[in-house]
Amino acid sequence: MKALSIRNLQKTYKGGVHALKGIDLDVEEGDFFALLGPNGAGKSTTIGIVCSLVTKTKGTVKIFDADLDKNRELAKSYIGLVPQEINFNQFETVQDILLNQAGYYGIPRKQARKNAEKCLRQMQLWDKRNTVSRRLSGGMKRRVMIARALVHSPRLLILDEPTAGVDIEIRRSMWQLMREVNAEGTTIILTTHYLEEAENLCRNIAIINHGRIVENSRMSSLLARLNVDYFVMDLAHPIKEVPEIPGFSIELEGDSLLNVAVPKEQGLNRLFQELTKRDLQVLSLKNKSNRLEQLFLDLIDKDQPQSA
Amino acid sequence: MNNWIAFITIFTKEVRRFTRIWPQTLLPPAITTSLYFLIFGTLIGQRIGKIHDVSYMEFIVPGVILMSVISHSYANVVSSFYSTKFQKHIEELLISPVPNWVILAGYVSGGIARGLMVGSVVAGISLLFTNILPENLGLALFVVLMTSTLFALAGFINAVFADSFDAISIIPNFILTPLSYLGGVFYSVSMLPEIWQKISMLNPILYMINAFRYGLIGVSDVDIQMAFIITSGFIVVLIFFSLFLLHKGVGIKN
Repeated sequence: MKALSIRNLQKTYKGGVHALKGIDLDVEEGDFFALLGPNGAGKSTTIGIVCSLVTKTKGTVKIFDADLDKNRELAKSYIGLVPQEINFNQFETVQDILLNQAGYYGIPRKQARKNAEKCLRQMQLWDKRNTVSRRLSGGMKRRVMIARALVHSPRLLILDEPTAGVDIEIRRSMWQLMREVNAEGTTIILTTHYLEEAENLCRNIAIINHGRIVENSRMSSLLARLNVDYFVMDLAHPIKEVPEIPGFSIELEGDSLLNVAVPKEQGLNRLFQELTKRDLQVLSLKNKSNRLEQLFLDLIDKDQPQSA
Repeated sequence: MNNWIAFITIFTKEVRRFTRIWPQTLLPPAITTSLYFLIFGTLIGQRIGKIHDVSYMEFIVPGVILMSVISHSYANVVSSFYSTKFQKHIEELLISPVPNWVILAGYVSGGIARGLMVGSVVAGISLLFTNILPENLGLALFVVLMTSTLFALAGFINAVFADSFDAISIIPNFILTPLSYLGGVFYSVSMLPEIWQKISMLNPILYMINAFRYGLIGVSDVDIQMAFIITSGFIVVLIFFSLFLLHKGVGIKN
């Protein structure tokens, strides 16, 4: 079954901005799906429409076969949203935020308390349940939003840049939580600007640009299209001239860092053989950019509107 | 979807909100109305004498109570719903499967609850200054309920359209308060020149205050049936208009 099915979705804002120009998108049940795109591409508008925060101009949205126009309450009952911005009542306690949310979904108070406890323990917030939410740290507030989105056990969880502005430690722990939630059967749609996050977590991906889907495929098949990897190498000894190795593009940064473009057909083994022949010793090696980041930029560049 | 649970959730949240901040919501009307009763009722009222065969203090009590109910029913919904919009936790409700009529009923009931609570506080204070035995308690309570419903709905509509904190204080300050004062709280419209009597009849608050006064002390400047027709008419119109605004997402959706 499809967790989300979007057909010909269009949105024109009052000022005439054509934010969505007819999007078709399917997300299978159980998937961990990335919806990526540059700022202003239409990601948030799409999510806003799916979550009933934005009124669409045209098109259909179905959530687990429930049409958002014809069977609105059922369709909405399937969704949980973790928005970009903190949007809970900061004067309420953590537990009250979750209990109210459960109440909006018609969950009786006794059951709501059980659900809230489960979610707060999962998010390691149980000890903070009676804390007024404005007193929480940024990372805790993010986790409150995830707990709130999960309290009614949604079948489709939408995460709109859930780790924006949080430190790397919290981000990694949130990745683990998201994986656990997905493993329990919840379909997840993730938008993020951290492409490493999408690459690590998601199985399928759609890239949206200028209100259109420009790519929609499996993450693995998209990454397989990448022909060149970019590496930074730290040399043991400084050099004065850039080594010339046929088949590789190499730049010298300072006197001991090499930026190397490695085409797939050449491979790293040959590069190291050539460097060894030239008596160059490499201390460390790292990817210059995330693989998905490179593909993302290529796709977005291709989709730039032609200037007159 | 259990709409009753959703309604109770919103209603309880609203009641907890205004009781949590009782020094801002329940204490000020107690102090203000004590001053009204002391200054207008006791000190100045003794010199005014009787209106419609009742003491001036007895005459102003119903109007002062209802004026408090009006302003607090309105203020509760307008400030709460606008804050919900401003802090964006309106999104919690918009995303959830709560029908629009439940959202409206929840917020309006919260406004009614505050209006009734403030009305009770003011009525209790009035008993320190006068001994009114309600002529028709059921009628008086019904008028209070209808009036608080009407102004809670008006507050909701104000909050929907408001795009700043200034916008939620303009109507209470420049429309509601003048209309309340000119609605016969402190005087009988029969005391006015004929032209002003006719103009006063265009003020809907005049009908509500007089209907309530009739329920409490059996005195009124207007036809009670007309008061009920006007109040009910406004309530019906405002309910449909509020639901229309929610359906269209005016002020709350992009």
